Amino acid sequence: MNLIVEREKSLSELETRLAQLHERGIGGDEMRALETKVQELRQDFFGKLTPWERVNMARHPKRPLASDYLGALEAFDELHGDRHFRDDPALVGGFGKLRGHNVMVLSQQKGRDTKENIRRNFGMVSPEGYRKASRLMELAARFHLPIVTFVDTSGADPGIGSEERAQSEAISGCLMTLTHVGVPVVASIVGEGGSGGALAIALADHVIMAENAVYSVASPEGCAAILWGDSARAPEAAEHLKLTSSDLLGFGIVDEIVPEPLGGAHHDAAAFIGRVFDAIERALERLALLPPADLLDTRYRKYRRIGSWREDSPVRAGGLA
Amino acid sequence: MPAPDWLRKRRERDTSADDASLWQKCPKCSEMLYRKDIVANLWVCSRCGYHFRMHAYDRINTLVDGDFVEIGTDILPGDPLGWTDKRPYPQKLERDREKSKLSEAVVTGFATLDGFPVALGVMDFNFRGGTMGTVVGERITNLLEEARRRRLPCIIFTASGGARMEEGMLALMQMAKTTLAVQRFKDEGNLYIAVLTDPTTGGVSASFAFAADLIVAEARAAIGFAGRRVIEQTIRQKLPENFQTAEFLLEKGHVDMVLDRRELRPALVRLLDYAVDRKRLATPLKAVPEFAIQ
Repeated sequence: MNLIVEREKSLSELETRLAQLHERGIGGDEMRALETKVQELRQDFFGKLTPWERVNMARHPKRPLASDYLGALEAFDELHGDRHFRDDPALVGGFGKLRGHNVMVLSQQKGRDTKENIRRNFGMVSPEGYRKASRLMELAARFHLPIVTFVDTSGADPGIGSEERAQSEAISGCLMTLTHVGVPVVASIVGEGGSGGALAIALADHVIMAENAVYSVASPEGCAAILWGDSARAPEAAEHLKLTSSDLLGFGIVDEIVPEPLGGAHHDAAAFIGRVFDAIERALERLALLPPADLLDTRYRKYRRIGSWREDSPVRAGGLA
Repeated sequence: MPAPDWLRKRRERDTSADDASLWQKCPKCSEMLYRKDIVANLWVCSRCGYHFRMHAYDRINTLVDGDFVEIGTDILPGDPLGWTDKRPYPQKLERDREKSKLSEAVVTGFATLDGFPVALGVMDFNFRGGTMGTVVGERITNLLEEARRRRLPCIIFTASGGARMEEGMLALMQMAKTTLAVQRFKDEGNLYIAVLTDPTTGGVSASFAFAADLIVAEARAAIGFAGRRVIEQTIRQKLPENFQTAEFLLEKGHVDMVLDRRELRPALVRLLDYAVDRKRLATPLKAVPEFAIQ
């Protein structure tokens, strides 16, 4: 069960009772004290979230999904298929119009209910999804359209079929495409950013992250299973992994955080999506000024810097040529 | 639950690596092998062809013309996340340094292969399961940049359990960094050969490994994106024995060739000969000023 949903339930029970008391005309100091208490509780619940609470927020069943972002565009025309095997419903892409800018949109799509989740494979992309993404990125580059991506996946699909069709090559291929497309790439981590499966569409000139989204080298469950052979220790792994937006801003892995309303983006989805679009639009307008060669050079340098190591000798062995 | 494949193999190696005894049992066919014979046979069982995992320096010493010059040794791991679980990350690193006699999970440098000057990277599973943290990413990137500057072909032997958990997202970002370096390197017409050895998975297979011009897999190596155990847990059934083996990948069309370790060196030389103009690389390595580092 989702931690955040649990809290919302207990809060809403209290609120219902308060409302009932109001209706019966009960007021006074005691009542006001009770109201203050509920407010405090709300602040206590959602004001400062731990990493594990954020993981739950990122997985909240009401959290805006890629489809909500695509639905908020002025126009969107989906383009299907990898031209080799099938159309992957977990990766939705196509032409779109964002604040008047023509763009190529790529997104990882989870389902809102069980039926849709099964169809969309819970947002876990298969090789053909990544190959579709590569195809659409190349298309975007040919027609000088910026690439805008929305990341929300627990990770790339780990099934037999995906291995048979070379998931590694598909992800590597997507990354390779993003290394050379000479158009602006703006990625937004809006829900779960799960490992290489997320990064495959997030190697970008500008990376935006929703305040309560998470972006991680492995899911906390996966990390706990790998390190301690016990996926139940996920909350502990979440603490270790430094997967929150503020951690990643500090590392220079994300460039900008979009704040969420108290209690999470789903409390005012339309306004929140608008703020994400504001951030994308600002990035697009800034990046549009760079000639392709500069854009690629800046992209290279941006990732070239990321990492942390110590050097024993004062003379660097490598660095940019 | 039975130990996963890679862990079992590691245990096998752990018990044998420092064992000074003259004999060693082949874990596959149980043949008692004379250690010197194993070494002479490139760590391959002479009876059943089982490939023991190789130490990075053993690999280099048996592959090149005896002129390896290492670079990147000054790039060493820190502890960016301040990670502590059973023991602090720096302690884990220290233990692996002692155990493996390596400073990190990859060795990079230059050498010649039958006269061909090449940039060479060799990963080693003995150091934190060959996982890619920022040092692996930095050394690989550095190697590709130096190779590009010298217009040398690059050969990278992979062996990795994926991204290194203890360095979190900084580890994941090495996928982006190394892929960017591969793209620049290839873009200028340089040859990149990846040799996938046992095991190659996760963040390494899904970044610079499968981005190579030519992909050679060593016989029987386990290669894939998701780990075998993860897939079995997801689908709740046992996977067939040959799933994610080099031979399986060859059949599915993911790799150019699968080679027995004893055929590897001559094959690499042939591949270099097809794709690279020997005359272009005619300058002996020792005459290239930057090459004579040490």
